[in-house]
Amino acid sequence: MSLLKIRNLSVEFSTASGPFRAVDQVDVDVEAGEILAIVGESGSGKSVSMLATMGLLPWTATITADEMSFDGQDLRELSGRARRRIIGKDLSMIFQEPMSSLNPCFTTGFQITEALRQHTDLNRSQRKDRAVELMEMVGIPDPSRRLKAFPHQLSGGMNQRVMIAMAIACRPRLLIADEPTTALDVTIQAQILDLLTGLQKETGMGLILITHDMGVVAETAERVAVQYAGQKVEDQPVADLFATPHHPYTSALLAALPERATERRLATIPGVVPGQHDRPEGCLFSPRCQYADERCRTVPPPVQPAPIGRARCHYPLNVPAGEEVA
Amino acid sequence: MLRYVLARLLTFIPTFIGVTIVSFGFIRVLPGDPIIVMAGERGLSEERYQEYVERFGFDQPLWKQFWDYLTGVLQGDLGQSFVTNRNVWDEFFTLFPATLELSLCAIIFSVLVGLPAGVIAAVYRGKFFDRALMSTALVGYSMPIFWWALLLIIVFSGNLGWTPVSGRIGLMYFFDDVTGFMLIDSLISGQEGAFWSAVQHLILPSIVLGTIPLAVIARQTRSAMLEVLSEDYIRTARAKGLRPARVNGLHALRNALIPVITVIGLSVGTLLAGAILTETIFSWPGIGKWMVDSIFRRDYPVVQGGLLLIALMVMIVNLTVDILYGLINPKIRKR
Repeated sequence: MSLLKIRNLSVEFSTASGPFRAVDQVDVDVEAGEILAIVGESGSGKSVSMLATMGLLPWTATITADEMSFDGQDLRELSGRARRRIIGKDLSMIFQEPMSSLNPCFTTGFQITEALRQHTDLNRSQRKDRAVELMEMVGIPDPSRRLKAFPHQLSGGMNQRVMIAMAIACRPRLLIADEPTTALDVTIQAQILDLLTGLQKETGMGLILITHDMGVVAETAERVAVQYAGQKVEDQPVADLFATPHHPYTSALLAALPERATERRLATIPGVVPGQHDRPEGCLFSPRCQYADERCRTVPPPVQPAPIGRARCHYPLNVPAGEEVA
Repeated sequence: MLRYVLARLLTFIPTFIGVTIVSFGFIRVLPGDPIIVMAGERGLSEERYQEYVERFGFDQPLWKQFWDYLTGVLQGDLGQSFVTNRNVWDEFFTLFPATLELSLCAIIFSVLVGLPAGVIAAVYRGKFFDRALMSTALVGYSMPIFWWALLLIIVFSGNLGWTPVSGRIGLMYFFDDVTGFMLIDSLISGQEGAFWSAVQHLILPSIVLGTIPLAVIARQTRSAMLEVLSEDYIRTARAKGLRPARVNGLHALRNALIPVITVIGLSVGTLLAGAILTETIFSWPGIGKWMVDSIFRRDYPVVQGGLLLIALMVMIVNLTVDILYGLINPKIRKR
């Protein structure tokens, strides 16, 4: 049984200029102890689908799904109280901007122990001991002194470590990391990723890594889901994805990697992600796709079977011999 | 922190000197002669007039008068009232507790009501409570204060008879001034019903005086909360699985309080200067009415000394607000 199983998730925001569909029929599966990377450009609905899972979206969002279960519990039917017993404990999340994601008015120690206070029966001194232990785990030097530090007294990297310590405080079964390294220096990025994958191995938790950095994906993930304009367009184990991308968007993304450049000019994907008012009728990627034809522009593409990477495309690339294209 | 407070205390000195110059100059710029005003309709003879000029030191050059005043102030002597011949210092501190008691009650009332109202309005923004509260706050802010006071007196004192019309305590009670605060003195006196009578006398003036600060605090709290509620760290707090009451009441409010404290501090400063309208309507023996009367009488020492002491109170309040800032927002605290 999957740890997290989501079928046909859609999230719509009501805006002043009408409804906006940020996430469109997305499926997510994570097994216990698995690392799943979700990649896509800004605005592809990566974060929103995970915030929907956590129940952290504002009231302007309408969430629909055929199935949305975590550890066998249906997340759609949960009361606020029942959901608060899960999030922050078994299911936790860290965010993109460590500097603004920590409350400036409280010490890091207070913010870490608060998670323990909410979900465990530990007493005050036990909580403090556990906080010191957690800070050691995430590689913060001199933890007992840092417990009394305020977020503005620490660097971005240190703050992200505090966020991670907070998120893993109650030994979650699944950790969602929403672009955990985007706001950090390159050298710190590698440290934080090592830390996350190390913790994942140590504790056996599942890890969802939201990112737009293909390099990060290649180094850390086991399986990759590619999202475009709110839809999942491909889903493959990481090695297969890099070797044989099936969706033209994935293929174009990989071609745009600097390491793969063959000419002096880097390859780019022309155009921009469709917005609220210029969504194409057929395939959402068709205006930017070099293979698109009339059918792509008018008929929404089917989802291909698993051997073709569940690609949402009429004409998937690199189809293995003997596979039937849907 | 201590060094910070001491540094702030040093800045009192130039402000203090500035206030003495302004208050000294201000009352002398006003047309009108205190001696003529004192003499009233009957007037007085030339010799008597000269006698008073000498007594008050008006024959001295202006710089000499100021110098005498300043040296007096530095020795703690604010001079004597032309009218009552009483020490300005004594007069001020006889009346000031009444103003302080009323201001504190008014500000407590406005914070106790305004802060939660602003928080609830922000949390349920756009809903019925939010709209109702914000329109009420606008009415409260724009209403003429004397009209509001009279309205309350008509309804609660006149029609319903729940509260007394004016004064600080019922006529049947008499006891000595110990602290000057009627609530405390009435308790100390041990007379039955005295404390309750003092409370009843405070209710309407506090509501009247607290109405405008209440409206300002509620609106300021709401807008500060709205800003804070969209911050990333609120999402983090919710992601921990905390109760909404804790997220809103602790994580959000602590940050939202920073601008609200400013508004509260400014309101307290204004209230301490004496609420002329409220004190007049409720016959409240505070410094607001005293200052206005002194200005009309051209009672130079009272106006000068009163302004100086009020300025001092406002400076102390501002310092307290600054210290509170540091306690609430660690970023401001000196590292």
